[in-house]
Amino acid sequence: MKAHYGYTDGSGSYYIILDTDRCNGCGKCVEACPQGVFGLVDDEFEEDVRVATVQDEHRRKLKYSCSSCKPTHGAPPLPCVVACEPAAIAHAW
Amino acid sequence: MAQEYWRWEEGKWISPEVDWRNGRNIAAGIDVGSVSSQGVIVVDGELYAFSSIRTGSDSPEAARRALERAMEDTGLTMEGIGYIVGTGYGRVNIPFAAKAITEIACHARGANYIYGPTVRTLLDMGGQDCKAIRCDERGKVTAFLMNDKCAAGTGRGMEVMADLLAVPIGDVGPRSLDVEAEPDPVSSTCVVFAKSEAMGLMRKGWNVNLVLAAYCSAMAHRVVTLLERMGIEEAFAITGGIAKNVGVVRRIEQGIGVTGLKPRVDPQIAGALGAALFADALLQRAAKAA
Repeated sequence: MKAHYGYTDGSGSYYIILDTDRCNGCGKCVEACPQGVFGLVDDEFEEDVRVATVQDEHRRKLKYSCSSCKPTHGAPPLPCVVACEPAAIAHAW
Repeated sequence: MAQEYWRWEEGKWISPEVDWRNGRNIAAGIDVGSVSSQGVIVVDGELYAFSSIRTGSDSPEAARRALERAMEDTGLTMEGIGYIVGTGYGRVNIPFAAKAITEIACHARGANYIYGPTVRTLLDMGGQDCKAIRCDERGKVTAFLMNDKCAAGTGRGMEVMADLLAVPIGDVGPRSLDVEAEPDPVSSTCVVFAKSEAMGLMRKGWNVNLVLAAYCSAMAHRVVTLLERMGIEEAFAITGGIAKNVGVVRRIEQGIGVTGLKPRVDPQIAGALGAALFADALLQRAAKAA
């Protein structure tokens, strides 16, 4: 399942796209993110499977939560994307 | 007391055909949203009763009220319910729920019941967020996009407009369609801008129906953008309170070129109904394990 967490406001669209079919529940994104954007939750459809999610408190302010890793230009590779071996994480902006 | 235009009617329904006394598995789902809360009871997987109420400021209390309202006049008590699942914004704060499941999963499952197994694309227009959900024939989610921040595509935005224009919220939809020609939409970026623009139109002498049309059009435009981002696979359906606003629904259908399925019960209960169906499955699983 492709989960788009985030929002669109007057300044743009800010979504983190988590592909739970690719996610293996390793939790490396949870550790890699300096702002604690990610968490692990039970997958609602597969029994006893854990998947990554964007924590509730960050969903309305992703632009700000991610800004320490995403300056306006010249951004280095994002720690969460680098940490994710199955390449399950993408940013819409 | 001054009339409260934004106050939509709270709901309650009991099935004339189902009786919990004849059933084996009684399960319930509670959807505590930021604006409204619903309680749904299913008996052996069939919809039995539901309630829809305003959440107010105390969400654990709203959960209890929603369930009690659903049980009213049925003779059922909480002790008689085998499993309760909570969902929605307030789901982590429902002390009597055995489990919390996200509203995405619950909406898809509930919509699968309300609209049938052909539904593949769902638009949930809730009180303070809106979501586009893609699902399969079992109501399992394959993709979703949630706009978690703005009031512009949501029930709260509609309440603001109804209040501003002094139109009872249930009348907004039909009145917005009672116009000679479709006006340009107001700002769809932000409900605060939309509100200022609406006030400007009123000062210019626009009649109220026309301003309602401009707002419903803006709201529809905003969610059409969300849907197009997800891609639309038929059949398409809308859940949430705004599904009952014919002015917004009609304009969304025109915007995407697809007609939505007609619901067989109140589409505002989709989240709580999905939660109740998850509860039913968990109850059956627990019974097998025992």
